[in-house]
Amino acid sequence: MEKSGKKSDRRDFLFTATYTVGAVGIGATIWPFIDQMNPDNSVKALATTEVDISQIQPGKSITVLWRGKPVFIKRRTETEISEAQSVNLEELKHPEKDADRVKKPEWLVMMGICSHLGCVPLSDKGEYKGWFCPCHGSHYDTSGRIRKGPAPTNMEIPKYVFVDENTIKIG
Amino acid sequence: MSEHTYTPQSKFGKWFNDRLPLLSLASHLTDYPTPKNLNYWWTFGGILTFCLLSQMITGLVLAMHYVAHADMAFSSIEHIMRDVNYGWLIRYIHSNGASMFFLAVYIHIFRSLFYGSYKSPREIIWILGMLIYLLMMATAFMGYVLPWGQMSFWGATVITNLFSAIPLVGESITTWLWGGYAVDNPTLTRFFSLHYFFPFLILGLVILHIWALHVPGNNNPIGIDVEKPSKDTVPFHPYITIKDLFALLIFLIIFSGFIFFAPNILGHSDNYIEANPLVTPKHIVPEWYLLPFYAILRSVPDKLGGVVLLFGSIFILMALPWLDSSKVRSSIFRPLNRIFFWILIVNVLALGYVGAMPAEGLYLLIARVGTAYYFAHFLIILPVLSRIEKTQPLPLSITDPVLTGK
Repeated sequence: MEKSGKKSDRRDFLFTATYTVGAVGIGATIWPFIDQMNPDNSVKALATTEVDISQIQPGKSITVLWRGKPVFIKRRTETEISEAQSVNLEELKHPEKDADRVKKPEWLVMMGICSHLGCVPLSDKGEYKGWFCPCHGSHYDTSGRIRKGPAPTNMEIPKYVFVDENTIKIG
Repeated sequence: MSEHTYTPQSKFGKWFNDRLPLLSLASHLTDYPTPKNLNYWWTFGGILTFCLLSQMITGLVLAMHYVAHADMAFSSIEHIMRDVNYGWLIRYIHSNGASMFFLAVYIHIFRSLFYGSYKSPREIIWILGMLIYLLMMATAFMGYVLPWGQMSFWGATVITNLFSAIPLVGESITTWLWGGYAVDNPTLTRFFSLHYFFPFLILGLVILHIWALHVPGNNNPIGIDVEKPSKDTVPFHPYITIKDLFALLIFLIIFSGFIFFAPNILGHSDNYIEANPLVTPKHIVPEWYLLPFYAILRSVPDKLGGVVLLFGSIFILMALPWLDSSKVRSSIFRPLNRIFFWILIVNVLALGYVGAMPAEGLYLLIARVGTAYYFAHFLIILPVLSRIEKTQPLPLSITDPVLTGK
């Protein structure tokens, strides 16, 4: 009785060990087939973009491509800056101070992607003189904050640094 | 498929099965009676199914990253090797997988030759198998062209030029195959398209191959019919599934050895040089699995003759069930056929060896003798041998040799 009990224990152990090793092996085999769809090295190599901003006049903006997405770089006028800074935060759907969204008040660097469903908003349009998204009618102010419409959050600020007076490195 | 009386236990199962008998099919595949004396040479059917699926899955992934254009194909392969996550692994599985697929299919075919699995009532299984083999060769050839290296380009040139040997329409056929006046971008894009499509044809034929197998059931090492299913057979699951799985694991160890330790040993280094329509490599060879046929092609000093013999050497196999008229299937009981079977193997290996060597001097002589012998084996030796051979007495049943200790 005792002997047969011992035997079945050993067999159970072997079964469990086999299944475990099998499961690990199958998992390790499947992983490369999933990971191959992740961004590859040639895509990751494009993770930063340097932009020359010396030619941008006050009130104008340019759009550059970073990781396949548009980034707005806007040189704001004094009026636009004061408008952005004077907004009462309680009126905002997604309260953020303008100072937290820029490194230098003159320069707004922002992902050009509407936080609703990913369209590119039009600049100098809409009820708040900032951006207006033509897809579903979201209005953004001169700080790129959502003011009216279906978008849930402000437009995203990417990681960037001023390399010198005239150059911004995004990413 | 044989008559089936399976009824599902659950009410929903019964309702579903009456409308689409998938559960009956599953039950048939599970219970499928298999001769209990099958040896490990019978595990290659399962291994081949694995090879086909593995090629299809890795191929699906490679097609996500590969660019089928003459200007970009070569560098997109390097992109797969260097940039894509695990791209090197997936490409090496695919390229070595082709070789492993052919290794397994050759063992599978020679298994049939030795044990007479092509004989009545299994001729259709055999012919379907030969069609699969033909499609495999076409698929492998077109796949080899896709990296657009020197061997790709010149292999494609040589093989498509075979068709120019056809009298009158040959030139037009070649131009049609190329979509131009030489192998170029239109050839590459159609080869990519067809290389993607052919495996689905193969899969369809594999299903028919297995269906046709399940009508008479498996042949077995002693080649006699099953007398009493209860005594002579075991259910497919778990007996054969676990045995096939074990054999597959051994096969995978060898496969992994190639992938991880010698991934380029079966390929040709010239294929890492981008295709150049102005320079032919010094020495053109196909992949190893096509070498015997390449030797046959080169052994004939006539363009049309070489091509005819090349295709003839494959189509002659389809007539095998009628060329060999012996009633006894297994070569275990055919002392003469057993000897000639091994001579044929040596002959095919020798043809493969000289196929890799330059076509001159002694190599050419061996290729000619080998080619003559290959055809003589099927057209003269087998038909005569099967009539005059004195076969050894067959056991009474599959179980009998075990019980009587023979």
